[in-house]
Amino acid sequence: MIEARGLSKRFQDKKRGEIRAVDNVSFTCQPGKIYGLLGANGAGKTTTLRMLATILEPTDGTAIVCGHDVIEEPEKVRSCVGFLSTATALYPRLTAQEMVEYFGRLNGLDEAKLKKRIDELFNRLDMNDFRDRRCDKLSTGMKQKTSIARTLVHDPPVMIFDEPTLGLDIMTARNIIAFIRECRDRGKTVIFSTHIMSEVEKLCDIIGIIQSGKLLTEGTLAQLREKHGEQDLEEIFVKVVAPHYVTTEAN
Amino acid sequence: MSMRNIGIVYRKELTEALRDRRTLITTFIVPLLLFPLLSVGFGAVIAAMIGKAKEESPKIMIKGGEDSPNIVAGLKKMEKIQIVPLDPDWKNQIINKQVPVVVEIPRGFEQNLAEQKEQTVTIDDYEGDLKSEIAKGKIEKYFEDYRDTVVKERLAARNIPAVVLKPFEVKPQNVAPPEKSGGALFFGGFIAYIVVFLCLNGGMHPAMDLTAGEKERGTMETILSSPISRAHLVFGKFLLVLTTALATAGLSVISMGVSFAIANALHTKPIQEGDSGMSFHIGFGAALSVFIMAIPLAVLFASVLLTISSFAKSYKEAQSYIMPIMFLVIIPAIAAMIPGVELTPKLALIPILNVSLLCKELVIGTYHWNFIAIIFASTCVYAAAALFLAIKMFQREDVLFRT
Repeated sequence: MIEARGLSKRFQDKKRGEIRAVDNVSFTCQPGKIYGLLGANGAGKTTTLRMLATILEPTDGTAIVCGHDVIEEPEKVRSCVGFLSTATALYPRLTAQEMVEYFGRLNGLDEAKLKKRIDELFNRLDMNDFRDRRCDKLSTGMKQKTSIARTLVHDPPVMIFDEPTLGLDIMTARNIIAFIRECRDRGKTVIFSTHIMSEVEKLCDIIGIIQSGKLLTEGTLAQLREKHGEQDLEEIFVKVVAPHYVTTEAN
Repeated sequence: MSMRNIGIVYRKELTEALRDRRTLITTFIVPLLLFPLLSVGFGAVIAAMIGKAKEESPKIMIKGGEDSPNIVAGLKKMEKIQIVPLDPDWKNQIINKQVPVVVEIPRGFEQNLAEQKEQTVTIDDYEGDLKSEIAKGKIEKYFEDYRDTVVKERLAARNIPAVVLKPFEVKPQNVAPPEKSGGALFFGGFIAYIVVFLCLNGGMHPAMDLTAGEKERGTMETILSSPISRAHLVFGKFLLVLTTALATAGLSVISMGVSFAIANALHTKPIQEGDSGMSFHIGFGAALSVFIMAIPLAVLFASVLLTISSFAKSYKEAQSYIMPIMFLVIIPAIAAMIPGVELTPKLALIPILNVSLLCKELVIGTYHWNFIAIIFASTCVYAAAALFLAIKMFQREDVLFRT
């Protein structure tokens, strides 16, 4: 389970002064559900997810992930989280297997358990043909599978996906979507950020719309339709975000 | 402190480093090739060039001397000298290195000699040019021998013994062991410079690759999402940079020991040797001492390189930050080679210069234990401070996510 409690992140910029990238954001993600964080570029999605994965430390507020506080016990949080984004690349000079092994070991798996887990993952993701191939020689699809295996090697109960389909071709993107759905079906807590409406409609159980670092609204798709009087998610998004988007531009 | 996690990071970084061509070149190839090239190869080439120049018969022009046939005939009889007719443009011929020297014999030279009048023979040469210097040496020797003969004849004619002109000899005598004096002092400084430089060079590429390179490739966020603490991550990376720096320093010491031993065995004198006939070698004890003193220096380099390159957002940017560091390292290392710069308690606290000066002494077999203790301790303190700074840098979000 993920519970964000008034999460905030401020950055100092030489030209623009203090920037509130995330401003007092609170939400809850339940196991077996996908929480979709929907927002335009620069809305604060990545910063929020990085704070949940303890890659960044909140300026104010906190979050509880799998019962651990992100500020107090960041290493325990990371050991129960699988984090995947387009920015999480692979080590080019390691093979696909070495890459997954490395993260398995860092997550405390012993050698026997690691071997069993890797065999299981490589069979499930159909990766045996390229397990000994260096990551810099892999195709985009192969790289994506290796990244997925890397996030799953320690079987984390929480999965965090930051725009995981950004820049991918349709076939690879479909595999990622299928994988996210599979995580939910296995009872994991999933949080997923995107700005692609169709992905949110297809996948998310709860949708949160974020803009200028603020969580403006949240609920199921049906609840959002009812609340904002629109059927189409894009229309709902524009209706919710537009006033704040103007403010952002003016700033 | 989890040694297991540090070990995991270190093993992974080592695997990647051993698959990286640039790391292999700077860590293994450069130190293994540099010393054989410097000692055996370069030394042999220089020796061959000097030998060839000495064997050649230089073309020499004589200006004047028409009224002094004996001296001109003597010059013509000289071995390995070729007298060619004087060209009116002889000065330019020297400048253009077509003729190495021109001998100017004053008017009425032999007549003046008979009348015991003062006069000067001029040798026009190209200072610094090897062939010109050799030709000048031959001509100078001819005239000096001729002058000595004339002096002896004049003394004999007056029944004065030759010792009148030379009542006593002045002879310097070196009492320092040959392996600790003369060219060996320069040799020690040169070796220290090379070890310091290669130690830095060995850690440079891996440090940039493991920090700025990771940011550039997008793997920094991947590793930061794993449960490992940032301190353990930095330690693992630091150990790899230290390994490459020490491997380079160690291979340099082994390579130079073997290379100079081979060079001495082949009688191809290293270039620093000059004509002293002294052979250079680095003993096992000296090599081991230099390597031990290189350890805290390598720790310092590894930490500083990691700290600086972790601040850069790309490999290229890291290179531009590291370049001034190279000068900061090279300048004190070169300063240690300057004759007369010796270890003092104050200099023993200046990083790099202290180790360079000490290595210079160690190579020639002098062990100042008090300085060794001061230098080892002070370098360890600097290294620890730099490592602490590197860990702090890895805990700063504005450094890790600098865009």
